Parts: sequence; structure tokens; C-alpha cells
Amino acid sequence: MADLLAPVRKLGHMVVDRIWRLGFATRFMVAVLRYSGASFRRLPLTLREIYFSGVLSLLIIIVSGLFVGLVLGLQGYETLQRYGSTEALGVLVALSLTRELGPVVAALLFASRAGSSVTAEIGLMKATEQLKAMDMMAVNPIARVVAPRFWGGVISMPLLAALFSAMGVLGGWLIGVVFIGVDDGAFWSQMQAGVDFRYDVWNGVIKSFVFGIAVSLIAVFEGYDSVPTAEGVSRAITRTVVTSALTILALDFVLTSFMFRGTS
Amino acid sequence: MNRTVIDLWVGIFVAIGIAAMLFLALKVGNLSSAHLSETYVLQARFDNIGGLKVRGPVKSAGVVVGRIVDIKFDSDTYEAVVTMDIDGRFRFPKDTFAAIYTSGLLGEQFIGFDVGGDERMLKAGDTVTKTQSAVVLEKLISQFLFNKAAEGQDTK
Repeated sequence: MADLLAPVRKLGHMVVDRIWRLGFATRFMVAVLRYSGASFRRLPLTLREIYFSGVLSLLIIIVSGLFVGLVLGLQGYETLQRYGSTEALGVLVALSLTRELGPVVAALLFASRAGSSVTAEIGLMKATEQLKAMDMMAVNPIARVVAPRFWGGVISMPLLAALFSAMGVLGGWLIGVVFIGVDDGAFWSQMQAGVDFRYDVWNGVIKSFVFGIAVSLIAVFEGYDSVPTAEGVSRAITRTVVTSALTILALDFVLTSFMFRGTS
Repeated sequence: MNRTVIDLWVGIFVAIGIAAMLFLALKVGNLSSAHLSETYVLQARFDNIGGLKVRGPVKSAGVVVGRIVDIKFDSDTYEAVVTMDIDGRFRFPKDTFAAIYTSGLLGEQFIGFDVGGDERMLKAGDTVTKTQSAVVLEKLISQFLFNKAAEGQDTK
């Protein structure tokens, strides 16, 4: 009898475990927000984290943005050429970048470049009992370690996404106008006529901000919640990347369905 | 890594990020052209607006002079009421003719202003009285076919 029920019990355990972790993550976020006053009063702490997660991600974001733009330019030109409307290349590249690719791909890169290193850092601090030591010295580890890393990520993410989109548009321009020879004036004027600041650009910024919150929270939570062993930390890093990627894509669908229902 | 170097790099990073946002707003988007100047509201009533969309352009002599901000249905007169934001720099005479055109064969539809000769100008909140509805292709074709059929009977 006990053997028959074992799989059911296993399933139940899994579900309860997931829900428990979700609740713990939510309480953790509340705690981070509560103790984040210190990360703005002691600004150097947050600036240091912006340096580590933002500045050090600049290169990968710029290079990837440029290449995504180059590919969009080539592929877009290939397709638009069939309908004889290659001048619309500017609109195509700009809309796909500002609405979707900029925020989403930048967030995915940010999660794997900066999120994983934040998890590793906090996880290792936990494994070497630095967090406990801080607690012993009456220093709140959430205020001193977690909140600055969280806010560093939240501030960096929209800037990185905007940079990604801008580099992508330049990449599309490079392929379309410089190499293939689409008319320069038509490229920019059609882009400006087709891209609305509030509707397209600003919604993209909001998306990247939401992704920034999600990725940073997952990164600090997985680090803080990791099993304090070498294996536990490596698992936590893997979970950060996987959970961040899934969360970004799911959130992107939800946000898109609220923002762009089609103009009527 | 000491404090001043980190401050410098964060400063550079934030400056680049803001520059990218400005680039998106001004060069990629239309913040510079459409939203900075003051606008005033005009209305127009059409029997049929075809495929006209909110945020579509309002043009005069082919130049964009405003945007469509709202399209409503008036159930008293069974007409479509179109609200437009017109660039504050431009004034149009009272007898301006508002018509719905299509750019290209399959392009988007827009409202075109054909300017009249009246000395008095349209004010904010006024309604353009002279309008012409969108051309519905099916009606045009059926009209043409009926005319052809009628001609055929006459010659017999």
C-alpha cells in the first residue's frame, strides 16, 4: 500500500515545495524592499554593484545588439525585397528591437552574465559563512549585501536594454544603408513615421524595467537560498539562469498582451 | 578597484545608457516631430470611414499636419465622429474639405484636407462640415457593373 502511494506523495511534495519557495521568494522581496533604504543612503555600495552588473555587461550587450541588428537588416531586406518595399526596413528593424528583441534579449544576456555572478557571489558568501558573520556583528546581510545587488541590477537593466536597441538600429542601418544601399532618407523617415515614442519606445523601457526587477530578484534569492556547499552553489547558479529565462519569456508574453492589443 | 574609478565607469555607463534612450526617442521615434509643438482639436463627421485607424495621419497637400486621436460612432445620426489633433502652427479656412484617401493601392488610410477660400479660420473644437467618405472598393465595382449592365440593355 505504501509503495503504491509513494509516487503520489512525491508529486504532492514537489508541488508543496514549489509553492513554499514562491512564498519564501515573495517574503524575501518584501524584506529586500524594506531594508533597501541603506543602499541609497550608502550610495557607494550600490554604485559598486552597478559597476559589476552594468558596466561589465556593456561589451556583451553592445556586440550582441550590433549583431542582432545586422542579422535583422539582412533577413528583413531579404523578405521585404519580395514585396518591393525595402524602404520599410527601418521600421521593421526599429519596431522589432524597441518592442521585443531589445528588452528580451538584453534581459536574457543580463541574466546569464550578471545574474549568475550575483548568485555565485552571494551563494559563496553563504557557504563561507560570511553572511552569518555579518549577522553576528549586528550587520543585516540583506541590507548590506542583497539590497545593493538588487538595486544595481534594477537600475542597470533599462539602460542596457536601451543600449541594445540603439546598437541594433545602428546595425540594421549599417547593413541596409551602407552595404545594401537602401535610401538613407527613406530608412530614417519611415522609421520615425512608424515608431511612436510612447507606444513603442516607452513600452519597451517599461518591459526592460520589469525584467530587471525579475532577474535581479531571482539572482539574489537563489544565491541567498542556496545550499551552502560547492554543489549547492553551482545548482543555484544553474537555477538562476533557467528560472530567469523562463520568467522573462513568460512575463514578456503577459506584458505584450497588455501593451499591444492591436490598434483599433 | 578604488572608489573614483568605479564612480567614473558608472558615470560613463549611465551617460551611454541615457544617450541610447535619447537616440531611441529622438532619432528612432517621433518625439521630436509630433509631440513638441502645441496642438488643437478638430472634429469631422463621415458617413463611412473605411479602414481609418486611430493614430493615423492627417495631411494637407501631402504634408502631415496632425494625427487622428479618436474615432466614435454617433448613434443619433449613424455617422462616424473622428477627432483630430492638428499642429498649432497651421490654421485652416472654415470651408476646408476633409476627405479620406488611401496612400498607394494597399497603403494606410488618412484624412486629407483640401483647403477652401474662406477668410474665417477653424477654431479649436470646431467641426469640419464638408467631408467625403472613404471609397469602398466593393461599392465602386458593383456600381460599375450595374452601369455596364444598364448600358447593355439600352443598346438592345
